[in-house]
Amino acid sequence: MKQLTDDRMKVFFEKLSKYIGSNIKLLIDRSDGKYCFREKKDRVYYVSEKVLNMGSMMNPDNIISIGTCFGKFTKSGKFRIHITSLDYLAPYAQHKMWIKPAAEQQFLYGHNVLKSGLGRITESTTQYQGVLVFSMSDVPLGFGVAAKNTTECKHTDPLSVVCFNQADIGEFIRCEDDLI
Amino acid sequence: MGRKAKFGDDGAVKQIKGPGRKAKKQKPPKMLPGLPKLEGDDEPKKLSHRQKQRASRRSKKKEERKLIKKEKKKGVKKDDVKNNNEESDATKNIKSEIVKQFSDSNSSWLKSKNSKSIIPEKDDDIESYDSDSDVDDENEEENGLESIDEDGLSDDDDYLAGTLDDVDSSNESGIEDTVHKNKETSTKKRKAEESDDELLPIEKAAKKLKAAKKKEDAEANEEMKMQINVASQDVFVFPASDKIDEHIPIPEVEQRIKDILLVLSNFNKFREENRSRQEYTELLLKDLCTYFSYNTFLMEKMMHLFPLEDLMSFLEASETPRPVTIRTNSLKTRRRDLAQALINRGVNLDPIGNWSKVGLVVYNSTVPIGATPEYLAGHYMLQAASSMLPVMALAPQENELILDMCSAPGGKASHIAAIMKNTGVLIANDVNKNRAKAVIGNFHRMGIANSVISTYDGRHIPQLFKNFDRVLLDAPCTGTGVISKDSGVKMSKDETDLQRCFTLQRELLLAAIDSLNFKSSTGGYLVYSTCSVLVEENECVIDYALKKRDVKLVDTGLSFGTEGFTNLRQHRFHPTMKLTKRFYPHTHNMDGFFVAKLKKFSNIIPKNNESDDNEEEIETNNVDAETTEVEDIVEKPVANIKKPKHGRGKNRTEKNK
Repeated sequence: MKQLTDDRMKVFFEKLSKYIGSNIKLLIDRSDGKYCFREKKDRVYYVSEKVLNMGSMMNPDNIISIGTCFGKFTKSGKFRIHITSLDYLAPYAQHKMWIKPAAEQQFLYGHNVLKSGLGRITESTTQYQGVLVFSMSDVPLGFGVAAKNTTECKHTDPLSVVCFNQADIGEFIRCEDDLI
Repeated sequence: MGRKAKFGDDGAVKQIKGPGRKAKKQKPPKMLPGLPKLEGDDEPKKLSHRQKQRASRRSKKKEERKLIKKEKKKGVKKDDVKNNNEESDATKNIKSEIVKQFSDSNSSWLKSKNSKSIIPEKDDDIESYDSDSDVDDENEEENGLESIDEDGLSDDDDYLAGTLDDVDSSNESGIEDTVHKNKETSTKKRKAEESDDELLPIEKAAKKLKAAKKKEDAEANEEMKMQINVASQDVFVFPASDKIDEHIPIPEVEQRIKDILLVLSNFNKFREENRSRQEYTELLLKDLCTYFSYNTFLMEKMMHLFPLEDLMSFLEASETPRPVTIRTNSLKTRRRDLAQALINRGVNLDPIGNWSKVGLVVYNSTVPIGATPEYLAGHYMLQAASSMLPVMALAPQENELILDMCSAPGGKASHIAAIMKNTGVLIANDVNKNRAKAVIGNFHRMGIANSVISTYDGRHIPQLFKNFDRVLLDAPCTGTGVISKDSGVKMSKDETDLQRCFTLQRELLLAAIDSLNFKSSTGGYLVYSTCSVLVEENECVIDYALKKRDVKLVDTGLSFGTEGFTNLRQHRFHPTMKLTKRFYPHTHNMDGFFVAKLKKFSNIIPKNNESDDNEEEIETNNVDAETTEVEDIVEKPVANIKKPKHGRGKNRTEKNK
């Protein structure tokens, strides 16, 4: 259980800002107590100070998760966001996509979002922008990267991909054992 | 396809004979008798030759009858002349009939006739009484026939049409039959009528009633005799000693179980001479083992636990699965919204009952209930109804420090976190790393952020923390309450497994008590639960803790469930043991479960146990076990369990296989 090094902090926040932009601030300055990011075995956990105190008294070998896991650093030093962070990304997301009920199942099986399944999209989404994917009833389903910008999305043919799947809540079942 | 019926135009095409396609040769299908008639079919049908013959015979007979009637009338008229001045006999008769008629059960039917009796044909009246005991339908038809007779019409066409109207549903031949029957009965009646013509109609009716009653009595007597015979045969014959071990087919075993249960229910009455109750129970044990495929040890425990009438229902209920239940995650959604969303997906569900605000019962579903987008989004958790009870008993408060000692797969722990509204700290511990992974998945899915998921051995937790406000100990157990989920328990669990389980449970319970903070302003409570129904794993363990630590049982706060045992066979427990709750599959339609809530009052460990750990164990065992049999059971595992430090994890996986 250690603090992130400056380098890793930079990589991590850069990645996070692709999805929630400057809202990262809101994650750190919270009214209901201090929250912080901690690293353990290359995983980054977002945890309140209170919980962290309890965790710090335990043997790290015996802790397998604390607070919420945001993702992990790969061996090449990049950061990969996990689906487990969805609860914090979804409310602060700057660019969103809503997908039709018919396309929901497809997305939850790990497939990309096609134009035919796209219900709504935030204006001014640029290409390769990180987007949060919602169902039409505003249930967060996962996140990914926009394959096209908003205007292109409107005029493209129905079978072209508009969002690359990065993570979806189907993973809670598909890869339960290596979720974090 | 195939032949086409030509209901409308009759006989338009003549059927071809000789070789050819079957469809072409076959007659068009006939209209079913029950179906509504086509318009063209309303016309009266042509009669067959036989029908014509019968009709002519019928008309002949009727004419004969009329002749007889006329002769009789003449006789009556003579009488009338005799009592010339007074009211005629016949009218008197009619009056008395009217008075008595209404006391009859058939008054409605009689009434209709009465209106007719104004017609001076008294003969007809008599006949109507005569047919009193006949079946109503026949009567009606007869009336119909006779009314036609009175009209003096022998026109066959009209006559038939009339009957067709009366009995719409029966087919033609049926009508003919009934007509025929009516004919016969009416002639019979006529004969009887002539013999006791002198009797008053009421007297006749009474006579008939008497006869009917006599017959009925005779039948009842016969039946009684039969029943007595059956009962005498039913008394169970104990098999010969050399035949007891014989293999008999399952249906016979089932019958024998029923028989033995009957014998045991009224032993003095049904027992065989010089057979003891023990012999019967041993045979019953053996049969139950074969029928439900339990091992002898477990079945014996069950038989000790339940009275015989409950035993069967428990065993049977343990064979059938309990309804699927889900728990709403109150952190993410409300029950009503969730129910609506699931109903839209084709799930048929209902609230679980008054006792829970988050539970839902799923009756059936067109989609897999464990893979809906709502499930993946963490709106609900698949959880047995019984698993909600210990958390409700624990009653967690916000901003508390709570420990779930054996948390995997995280159902109860996530329930606790949801009640705490993600405040405070929850430590979800489970010794088995692989099972603890399920907790990670479930917690992240449900959006629980206030938790630490650890993999300590529960017995070592007091060395780290002693300041928990509340502790939930859902101890690993033999799983005798969830046989419907895992039927392997029935065969696999034997005495040593049970010993291992309850020794571990005792150690865990003491550890849980030690990690509690009795000074906590809001808490200091511990809930102990198991999914087993055996006393060894429940009341015995609690009783042990009551003796070893300064804790007391408190009310669980659960509105239903049966009270725990205060005594059972050789066991004598603390009287407050009735504050614990037991749940059974056959009475509460949920898994077999045990919930006890303890409050800690101090860290003091009662003095007589303060010496050595090993001594302590044995000493309390002696206190616990009053019979030598149980003492043996308890003493062994102390040596057994102390050796492998991680025996618990092993047990835990065994339970879940």
